[in-house]
Amino acid sequence: MIETKALTKTIGEKMILRGVNLKVNKGEAVAVLGTNGAGKSTWLKIVAGLLKPSSGEIFLKGQPRKKDDFEQQKVLGYLGHQSFLYDAFSPVENLKFFARLYHISSPDTRINKLIEDVGLAYFKHEPVRSFSRGMIQRLAIARAILHKPDILLLDEPHTGLDQQAVSLFNRLLLDLKAEGVTIIMVTHDFQQISTVCDRAVVLRKGRIAEDELIRGRPVSWIHSLYEGEAATS
Amino acid sequence: MKHLLAPALAIARKDLYAEWKTKQTITTMLIFSGLVILTFSFAFDPSNQAVSALVPGMIWVITIFAGILGLNRSFTTEKQHDHLHGMMVAPVDPSGIYIGKFLANLVFVLVVQVVSIPLLFLLFDFQVPAYSSIFYFLLIIFLGTFGFIAVGTLLAALASHAKSSEMLLPILLFPLVTPVIIAAVQATRLVLTEQEGAAAALSWMQLMGAYDVIFFAAGFLLFEYVLEV
Ligand SMILES: Nc1ncnc2c1ncn2[C@@H]1O[C@H](COP(=O)(O)OP(=O)(O)OP(=O)(O)O)[C@@H](O)[C@H]1O
Ligand SMILES: [Mg+2]
Repeated sequence: MIETKALTKTIGEKMILRGVNLKVNKGEAVAVLGTNGAGKSTWLKIVAGLLKPSSGEIFLKGQPRKKDDFEQQKVLGYLGHQSFLYDAFSPVENLKFFARLYHISSPDTRINKLIEDVGLAYFKHEPVRSFSRGMIQRLAIARAILHKPDILLLDEPHTGLDQQAVSLFNRLLLDLKAEGVTIIMVTHDFQQISTVCDRAVVLRKGRIAEDELIRGRPVSWIHSLYEGEAATS
Repeated sequence: MKHLLAPALAIARKDLYAEWKTKQTITTMLIFSGLVILTFSFAFDPSNQAVSALVPGMIWVITIFAGILGLNRSFTTEKQHDHLHGMMVAPVDPSGIYIGKFLANLVFVLVVQVVSIPLLFLLFDFQVPAYSSIFYFLLIIFLGTFGFIAVGTLLAALASHAKSSEMLLPILLFPLVTPVIIAAVQATRLVLTEQEGAAAALSWMQLMGAYDVIFFAAGFLLFEYVLEV
């Protein structure tokens, strides 16, 4: 579904990615781990088309990634560190704007359902300016999945969410996975990884250092994988 | 086309609607143009006929400064939560973002002109030499503003990457808009003060037309590289 081959990225003097080879199959849920500054967000941005790689190749559904191929853009749902939401607008107005960008015809039912799903129904006409961090994150999630993407690229999606929102969101991800959506999730939250993901990769020194199936593994094992001390079989 | 014009309209509409809700930019622009008119009407005696020669210049002073106020905000507001990235992950042609931003900026400046130019004419008791010159006058205003905003939108996007973008934009703008501003002021002066002004202003209008086409095309084609910086 997604493949990056020998992907490198240099910004200024600094080589952030030093040849990332990663292949993610359709319907997989993969967690991307790594210390702060390991280059996880950079890799995700390159796949999303926000940054150009310095070298290497990216394939999406077997096709090389092209920047003016808007059909490729359409199958991606990207949730970054930033919300992309407009402070002056309410949730409904924000989602309507993005629905227009994605050519969703008659989006009203979809928007209302999503806002309800993320638990913001009471606030749907309040400006986002007045929202708390967690509420913004909930809406940002709704924005990322608004156009029913086949591939979700999530950068620390659980940040700021309360317990209830976390379980709601995990439920949502599992539902999407069951529908065949591919999920790539950068996160520091090992508990959520073991709930949602089947596979974890660890980015270290600009390369994929570990790549393991984690289904049925305890959280402590994921932790040692992250530290590079896991007994893999 | 689907990824160009539809998103462009969505973006322009979004900007106008945001402005409608907050009224931040347009208020600053209008207050500024009001101040200019007020200052000039006290500095010079409006009843003196010679003073009406100042009107063409004032129109463009208002357009440039109000325009820069709007242009500066146009992209700094999009930086707050990385909104440009939000548009880039969507199936949107980068040129579509340019057109959308261009349209919104153009509308802001045109609104300021629609309010301030009649006010200027009233205060200075300005008489147009012939009715046909009103048509040429409007055409010149449009051509000049179009060119100014076409360059300004591209440069504002470029400047927004820098820390002190408010300072950078006028510096970048200065050399590039000088031709179109000279042409606009000259053409405006000719049609507003001379009987046969339209014919004399024709070559200035042609210059503005060529400038508009070139710089709109430049913005359209170069915008994707500006986004990438
Ligand atoms: N625009 C930039 N200019 C220079 N260096 C950058 C830039 N963006 C990122 N970096 C550097 O690239 C490295 C990787 O950044 P990245 O944001 O991908 O890390 P990350 O793995 O997502 O970290 P975190 O867990 O904190 O989110 C960091 O060392 C950072 O300093
Ligand atoms: Mg990151």
